[in-house]
Amino acid sequence: MISQDHLPLHYYLILSALLFAVGLAGALTRRNAILVLVGIELMLNAANLNFIAFWRYNPNPDSLIGIMFVIFSIAVAAAEAAVGLALIIRIYRHYHTINLDKMDSLKG
Amino acid sequence: MSHITPIAFAIITALTLVSAIAAMSLRHLVHCALCLAVTLAGIAALYLQLGAAFVGWAQILVYIGAVAILIVFAILLTRSSEAEPRPILSPYWGVGIAIAVLVFGVLAKAIFSSSLAGRLPPEKADPTVREIGNQLMTGYVLPLEVIGLLLTAAAIGAVIIAMKDSTSGRLASPPIVPEPAQKNARPETPPAH
Amino acid sequence: MNWIVEHLWLIPALPLLAAAVLSVTARAHRRMAATLTIGAMAVSFLLAVTAFVATLGKSTAAGPWREAHNFSWLQFGTKTLQLGWVLDPLTAIMLVMVTFVSLLIFIYSVGYMGHDDNFTRFFCFLSLFAAAMLGLVIANNLLLLFMCWELVGLSSYLLIGFWYHKPGAAAAAKKAFITTRIGDVVFFLGILYLYSQAGTLLFYDQGKGCLESGILSDIFGRTTVGGMAVTTAIGLLIFCGAIGKSGQFPLHVWLPDAMEGPTPVSALIHAATMVAAGVFLVARVFPLLDPNSVGVSGPASALTVVTWIGAITAVFAACIAVAQTDIKRILAYSTVSQLGFMMMGLGVGGVAVGMFHLITHAFFKALLFLGAGSVIHGCHEEQDIRKMGGLKKFMPVTFATYAVGMMALSGVPLFFSGFWSKDEILHAAHDWPVSRWPFYLGAFGALLTAFYMTRQVCYVFYGKNRGAEKTGPGHGHQHAPHESPSVMTIPLSILAVFAVVLGFIGTPVWPWFQNYLAGTSAAFGFGEILHPEILHVLLLSTAIVAAGIGLGWWLYGRKPIESSTQVDVLEKLRPDIFILLQNKFYVDEFYDATIIRFNAWWAGFCDTLDYWVWNGAVLAVSYAVLGLSWLDRVIDEYVVNLGFDEGCRGVNRGGGWLSHLQNGRVQDYMRVIGVALAALGLLLLWGCAAS
Repeated sequence: MISQDHLPLHYYLILSALLFAVGLAGALTRRNAILVLVGIELMLNAANLNFIAFWRYNPNPDSLIGIMFVIFSIAVAAAEAAVGLALIIRIYRHYHTINLDKMDSLKG
Repeated sequence: MSHITPIAFAIITALTLVSAIAAMSLRHLVHCALCLAVTLAGIAALYLQLGAAFVGWAQILVYIGAVAILIVFAILLTRSSEAEPRPILSPYWGVGIAIAVLVFGVLAKAIFSSSLAGRLPPEKADPTVREIGNQLMTGYVLPLEVIGLLLTAAAIGAVIIAMKDSTSGRLASPPIVPEPAQKNARPETPPAH
Repeated sequence: MNWIVEHLWLIPALPLLAAAVLSVTARAHRRMAATLTIGAMAVSFLLAVTAFVATLGKSTAAGPWREAHNFSWLQFGTKTLQLGWVLDPLTAIMLVMVTFVSLLIFIYSVGYMGHDDNFTRFFCFLSLFAAAMLGLVIANNLLLLFMCWELVGLSSYLLIGFWYHKPGAAAAAKKAFITTRIGDVVFFLGILYLYSQAGTLLFYDQGKGCLESGILSDIFGRTTVGGMAVTTAIGLLIFCGAIGKSGQFPLHVWLPDAMEGPTPVSALIHAATMVAAGVFLVARVFPLLDPNSVGVSGPASALTVVTWIGAITAVFAACIAVAQTDIKRILAYSTVSQLGFMMMGLGVGGVAVGMFHLITHAFFKALLFLGAGSVIHGCHEEQDIRKMGGLKKFMPVTFATYAVGMMALSGVPLFFSGFWSKDEILHAAHDWPVSRWPFYLGAFGALLTAFYMTRQVCYVFYGKNRGAEKTGPGHGHQHAPHESPSVMTIPLSILAVFAVVLGFIGTPVWPWFQNYLAGTSAAFGFGEILHPEILHVLLLSTAIVAAGIGLGWWLYGRKPIESSTQVDVLEKLRPDIFILLQNKFYVDEFYDATIIRFNAWWAGFCDTLDYWVWNGAVLAVSYAVLGLSWLDRVIDEYVVNLGFDEGCRGVNRGGGWLSHLQNGRVQDYMRVIGVALAALGLLLLWGCAAS
């Protein structure tokens, strides 16, 4: 499989899928709200990796779309992390816990 | 650094994966945050290996330097650094694992059934920062401005949300509005049956 | 004359109007009731006299003068049914008699029923009866006559049962109605038969009427069952109606029981008018029974039947009257007997003979009944003659008028009307070509009549007053009999006068009545009376009357009756015959055991049939409907309702279940998103693979 110096695309794609799955698993299973955010960040990074991989393996040499997208994605992720963590802090102040199981006041 | 030996790739991959899993499964939250930082570093290495130098360094700067630190701060501010004696997993955590596996399965199937899968990278020159800047200022100027706006709003919003207000620390109650002083108060009529 | 013929209908209409007004009047308006009724009847009387005067002095070559007024009533298909009224001597004389006697009896009733609570209702019924009777008299159509006939029967029922809370009176009314009904059904069959043969029911219709020679000669040749002529058959059928209404044997049983009604009713209906309606009917349809009377040659065999039944009834009833003890019942049986005489007279001698006796009988029988009413009233509602006696000195006016009536009925010669009218009948019977037996029976009946009337008078008016026996000591002379008030005695006197005077219009010396009816003029001839055959019968009648009265006096008048429990003289002589007579030959008991029992059984059978079969059918249908409705309910409740309810519950449960998805937990939402992501991926995969 590794016969040349260049790796096939699907290596990176699988890696990104794995990271995505790990991030998803963590977001779905951990009780702490911050860890859910961590999982989301992992998922975002996996997606970014996917973009970079596709950019690199793009037959068109002048296209920079992948990089642009990732740059903006990183900026957005930073903003989102900031706001999300601010929300978590606020919630902690209100409920004195950030255990997600206890936050069900929007129950239907 | 356009090529990379498969071995280096394997090491970086393993590191990233292991630390990702650790980030999701450790008990002590600060450990989780640190593992996250390692994961982010691994991904940055991968970016560098793939020739996206700017993004890689930007990742290190922003993600590790800001987001991970932010997470640590949040952990500290929410007193989650104390070890939780209680279970760390939410109920029905098996469902979550299963769903993740399912998603991975779908993605894997999608990848392998695609014709793009076995592709090899073309010879490409690494993009310079100048080129990236050019693109930012010409083709992508609108997203740039929007991102600026977004970041501004997020910064303001985050500050406002996390700001302590004067009655913080009390349990959930509406802010008390002081009653206006009633000088010539009229006695209320008793309610009629 | 034309005016009166056109307005002849007013004569029955006025009493009918009075009856209609009274039917909605309250009980308290007694004076109004009496004035209205008597007023209406007085006007009718004046109109009747006008009509009578209009018929005087007219005669035509073909018989008496008559004028009819017909009008169309119903139209069915192409045929019209016409009704109408007719004015001829027969009608006129009946009108005058009925209105006059009714008027007197109405005046009498004011006094007699003065103490009764239902005074107003009584006068309403009386007026209704008078209207019906007058309608019957003027009817020119057999159907109209039948309608009035039925109305008369109804009024009789209402009046006999006037005191309906007395079980005896209610039973008597029912008996009267049902017994006459039997006759009426046969009468109606006769009407139908006549209509089918003659095509018209009008009596007189300018030559086209069923009693006129045109039609009669048309049908006289036809024969029917057993070779009997059609006219005879029709006549006999119609005569059955007369048998019922006029109390001939065997349908006489209702008349004595009808005495349960008030005495004015007995006088008016069961003496003077209603029972005379049967005789009048026979007189009216006489051309059917004897076509020879209008010049059509045809068989007259129906008249034979009429004569025999009349003769038998006359003797039968007279025998029973001999042994009765109720003052009104004696008079009732006497009425039955005299009606038999009338029928016999019609049969042997023709219309004039029968009608003459009818007119005279109306007056003196009404007089006798009213006098009996006066006696009952004076003896404080006592009706048993054994408990009366010696009333001659207590009630002189009543005694005098009663004696006049008694002598008229017995046929005391020369001065009393009954003598002349009965003599006519006996004379005609004597000359009857078919047989002499009716004459012998009639003579025997006359003998018995005189006998029982004498017996009655002796029991009631002579001897010692036995009424005091029933009252114990201490009641004293408060209960002594007293004379009736003048409102009752004045009609008695008026009737007594007529009981005498009327005889003179039909004597052989001046046979005005017979000629009036026949439409010829009467000659005044004293010599007539000396003709041998007339004189022969006259003397025979006188002898019979003398014998009867003498026998009565011998047995009852010589030795006055001592006490009310004393055994009757005749009973002592021949107890077995007396008991038989007193029990009315057990006719009622015979009917009871046969017809009444059968009827009761049949009614029970019909009732069972009705209960099980018709009722059962109705019940079955109703159960079927109930079953259907139960099924409907079950379906509605279990299928529709539950279906609907289950549907709603399902939606409810579904909603409840779906709401669990919203549990407020973010991670659960994320799980759902994860699943959705996988699903989307799969979809895209397959989509791509397919394309």
